[in-house]
Amino acid sequence: MRELKILLIVIIFTGITYWGVEPLAHSVFHPHTPDADYTFKDVDGLNGVKGDASKGAEIATNCIGCHSIKSAGFEAPMSANDAAATYGVVPPDLSTAAKIYDHNYLAAFIKNPAVASKVAHKFDGVNKVHPMPGYDYLGNEAIADLIAYLGSIAPKDISAKAVFEDACSRCHSMKYAKISSTTQVDVVSKYMGSTPPDLSMMIRSRGDEYLHKFINDPQKLLHGTSMPRVGLTKESEEKVVEFMTQTGDSKKDERESLGPKVLMYLAILAVFAYLWKVKIWREVH
Amino acid sequence: MAHFKEANGVGEWLDQRLATGTLTKVLMTEYWIPKNINFLWAMGMVLAFTFKILVISGIFLLMYYKPDVNLAFDSVNYTIMQEVEYGWLFRHVHGVAASVVFLVIYIHMLVGIYYGSYKRGREMIWISGMLLFVTFSAEAFSGYMLPWGQMSYWAAQVITNLFGGIPLIGSELVIWIRGNFVVADATLTRFFMLHVLLLPLAIMMIIVLHFYSLRIPHVNNQECEELDFDKEAEKYKKGDKKGAKIIPFWPVFMAKDVFVVAVFMIFFFYLVFYHYNFAMDPVNFDQANPMKTPAHIYPEWYFLWSYEVLRGFFFSSDLGLAAFGVANIIFFLMPFLDKDKTVKPAHKRPMFFIWFWLLIIDMIVLTVYGKLPPTGPNAWIGFVASVVFLVLFVLLPIITKIDFNKAGGK
Ligand code: HEC
Ligand code: HEC
Ligand code: HEM
Repeated sequence: MRELKILLIVIIFTGITYWGVEPLAHSVFHPHTPDADYTFKDVDGLNGVKGDASKGAEIATNCIGCHSIKSAGFEAPMSANDAAATYGVVPPDLSTAAKIYDHNYLAAFIKNPAVASKVAHKFDGVNKVHPMPGYDYLGNEAIADLIAYLGSIAPKDISAKAVFEDACSRCHSMKYAKISSTTQVDVVSKYMGSTPPDLSMMIRSRGDEYLHKFINDPQKLLHGTSMPRVGLTKESEEKVVEFMTQTGDSKKDERESLGPKVLMYLAILAVFAYLWKVKIWREVH
Repeated sequence: MAHFKEANGVGEWLDQRLATGTLTKVLMTEYWIPKNINFLWAMGMVLAFTFKILVISGIFLLMYYKPDVNLAFDSVNYTIMQEVEYGWLFRHVHGVAASVVFLVIYIHMLVGIYYGSYKRGREMIWISGMLLFVTFSAEAFSGYMLPWGQMSYWAAQVITNLFGGIPLIGSELVIWIRGNFVVADATLTRFFMLHVLLLPLAIMMIIVLHFYSLRIPHVNNQECEELDFDKEAEKYKKGDKKGAKIIPFWPVFMAKDVFVVAVFMIFFFYLVFYHYNFAMDPVNFDQANPMKTPAHIYPEWYFLWSYEVLRGFFFSSDLGLAAFGVANIIFFLMPFLDKDKTVKPAHKRPMFFIWFWLLIIDMIVLTVYGKLPPTGPNAWIGFVASVVFLVLFVLLPIITKIDFNKAGGK
């Protein structure tokens, strides 16, 4: 009985200390932020307009001056190095755009890239202009047609790795997955004003909750950051985080399946240890 | 040449040459431990066991780790964590054990303080124990640097910088410790040497000293009763095992310890598999970057209380450093600051009992505020807690003397 009382005291004081250095400290370091918003309520998007894919193909000719659309047979107009030198960052291939980005967000991005991706503080249109022009003037109809077209050429299924490559790898490398950014580091760093970090171990250093909120809206967690909001759908974002997990925490499944076995073994060991103790101490008590 | 008979079996053969029979008696079956002890007396063996885990997992990590600022991070986070079979397990085990060992050390120390096990003949146990605390601290600090993450780098930067505050030799000393003007490759390689060779060697030798120092005074017991070990041993050997107030180390004492160690292992491996972030700070999974200071720099949880004593004197870094210096050696002086000439558990020493719980509460406050940003009211709470810590030790001789006199010297 006395031993249990002592144990309880030890547990209480250990618990208070733990609470102070972990949950309490983290709540101070990382104040609560609202959950990710996958509806992109704040953007001026499609506004309910339905597009016509057959009309969109022509509008897409606006885009292929900078972007490749490999699924429709448009190769990149210039080499990655030249594109990076021209725009600061290599424009991504658009084959999967309508699959991985939310359509309202995509419409808003095409209308006004800096505002939709929340980097207007950097690209104010006066001192610095976003490398991709805004297509506001095309009107909602045309933009809806373009998105319908992009949807018609997008793959039905896409791998986690491909989402990452299309959405992130123009800026970020992931060396443990052998992916280097399509834009050279020094060029993209100059363009962004800060170096996009390698993302290999981000799943361990930031954790999945932070990643979901951050990717959905970087400004919410790193106020004033130059990383744009990319506008991934919930499904695509989960794929990106899944890919980051496969890369930075590749033994997660092994860990989770080994855990219960080891604990079970130890529990049985403890029972035998207890029985042995009782047997030995019966002689002396 | 001594005379050797033909031996019957391996046991006898060894006994003839190494006196293994006598050795077993001296170290195990006739090494006497008081019977009236609770599970807190198993903490020493839990520590010995955890140290063993650290050594074994460390050896596995050492097979793949590369002590070079350009390779260290990837050798740990890619080679060991993703490529090597069960490398992640060894790293988690090593990291979590390094953190949990301090929890057990603190419990072990506080048990010693509660039961007065540091005085009246037990001074050398205490002092060798404190030497273990200091070498373990250095071992943990040097090990934390090896993965070369952000916290490895910045904690090393901040802590080595502290030595700069020492009068006269300070700035030279910092360079001497770092092997460079800033924390760099030379710092990493020397901390690597300390972590895998010199400190473990020192720790092993001090553990032997610690165990040896227990030999003559014997361990204490729950009532702090003074036992006549020869008389009790006589009783036990005659077969009065129930009447004797002692038990042999093997198998009786160890039977209980093995059970406690088994329960501890369940807790430990739960942390290894499911709850490791407290020991393996996520920030350290970002590679060291001398150009990018992390938003919050803090040491591992077990250094927070002394770190807070340092920060507590926020208006004067010299005072802070002096207080930090005192905090790090004051526990060595326990046997000499306690003026009560009797050995009694704290609940039989009215003022000391209050002192003991105040000390625990104050150290927890220091630990918690040692991690929080030292701004606004936090700075003042840290200051008050630091002053309370120092004052407690100034009061210790006085209150123990009062307790002693009140009890009439009994
Ligand atoms: C003048 C060159 C240029 C033209 C023309 C252009 N873009 Fe872009 N686009 C870029 C650049 C550069 C980026 C990368 C910007 C960044 O990441 O900061 C980009 C990014 C994008 C993205 C990624 C958005 C995200 O959420 O990450 C999409 C989608 C896109 N463009 C679609 C289009 C479409 C559709 C058109 C045609 C209507 C088009 N672009 C025309 C240069 C261009
Ligand atoms: C146009 C370039 C660009 C794109 C595209 C981009 N990022 Fe970033 N990202 C950055 C930059 C620049 C930073 C550094 C931000 C800073 O330090 O303020 C960053 C930082 C980050 C961080 C670290 C945040 C932190 O807490 O320090 C993560 C995680 C991240 N990006 C994930 C992603 C993911 C996932 C994608 C793809 C879905 C992506 N990024 C797309 C430029 C980009
Ligand atoms: C870190 C490695 C350490 C190991 C492996 C270790 C091991 C042990 C063991 C096996 C015992 C006997 C059983 C017991 O009472 O628990 C013991 C007793 C003791 N240790 Fe330690 N110890 C360590 C650190 C310390 C520290 C840091 C201190 C405090 C400064 C300390 C102070 C004591 C004292 C006072 C006793 C005697 C307890 C008594 O008489 O009741 N030890 N130690």
